[in-house]
Amino acid sequence: MKIYLSIAIMALTVYAVRLFPFLLLRRPVRNRFFKSFLYYVPYVTLAVMTFPAILGATSNPLAGAIALAAGVATAWFSGNLFLTAIICCMVVFIAGLF
Amino acid sequence: MENKKSSLSWFLLGLKNGIPICLGYFAVSFALGIAARNTGLNAMQSFLMSATMVASAGEFAAISLIGSSAGILEMIGTTFIVNMRYMLMSMSMSQKLSEDTKPAHRFFLSYCVTDEIFGLSSAVTGKLCPFYTYGITLISVSGWCLGTVLGVMLGNILPPVISGAMGVAMYGMFLAIIIPPSRKNHFILALVVLSMAASALFACVPILSKISSGFRVIILTVLIAGIASIIKPVRVEE
Repeated sequence: MKIYLSIAIMALTVYAVRLFPFLLLRRPVRNRFFKSFLYYVPYVTLAVMTFPAILGATSNPLAGAIALAAGVATAWFSGNLFLTAIICCMVVFIAGLF
Repeated sequence: MENKKSSLSWFLLGLKNGIPICLGYFAVSFALGIAARNTGLNAMQSFLMSATMVASAGEFAAISLIGSSAGILEMIGTTFIVNMRYMLMSMSMSQKLSEDTKPAHRFFLSYCVTDEIFGLSSAVTGKLCPFYTYGITLISVSGWCLGTVLGVMLGNILPPVISGAMGVAMYGMFLAIIIPPSRKNHFILALVVLSMAASALFACVPILSKISSGFRVIILTVLIAGIASIIKPVRVEE
């Protein structure tokens, strides 16, 4: 029951996050600081969530580190979302065979 | 010419263009399902989470919050911060609606705002027909929910070498979101490197490591993105 309640709370929160700008913001943001802040948020958040967590995502931290390097290289040179995800998976898979 | 398209043909075009997102979501949500299962969520709970939240990083955070028995405030705070980028996307998407779009669409479109669905919707030239976004969303979220449920049900059947491999798909996706802009903008590159270093510091330093990963994200995001906005405010276009 506690899990369903948690999911409901977080689902409502994420929906509210998406809905409020649609309802309240009829014009583009003018405040330069707030606009900049919102602009930088995804990069900081995702970077914080990726490292060092990726090292612990598999049983072998070294495999995680190689996946990180391969993921960064793939994203840098191709920029393709799904290719990057698949390359990371394959690196960990191959590393797991040894 | 594009504005002459009917709602139905926009919807069908959305279904078609959304297929690559569907496939990618399936692979990523499979890993999400595995993570959910490892935290003790069953298939029904995971399905509801994926169907109601439709957020990769958001659900990933949600699972760790449930796993760590986080309090309500921490749940709301973390979910708010982790998904805050959707605010920008909602703002942007609201600007792409034509004046005569019925207000009810704003409530439905809000559900559809994810990195990928937003990206595809923004790529439309001129105004956005909401039904195009609904088509993309229907096919994408189907893959997202199916992958989640199968991840929960089959997660432990898969050998560790496979499930471990799929577990990093999420991080690969995050890298694909943050690295390409870093290549173009070296200030963002510096932010990404700094954020990772700070995150590692929080994980290693004795007292800081007591802070839950949820609050670590909140603290570092507000701090680093806030300082970045002061040092280098983005240009206000118009």
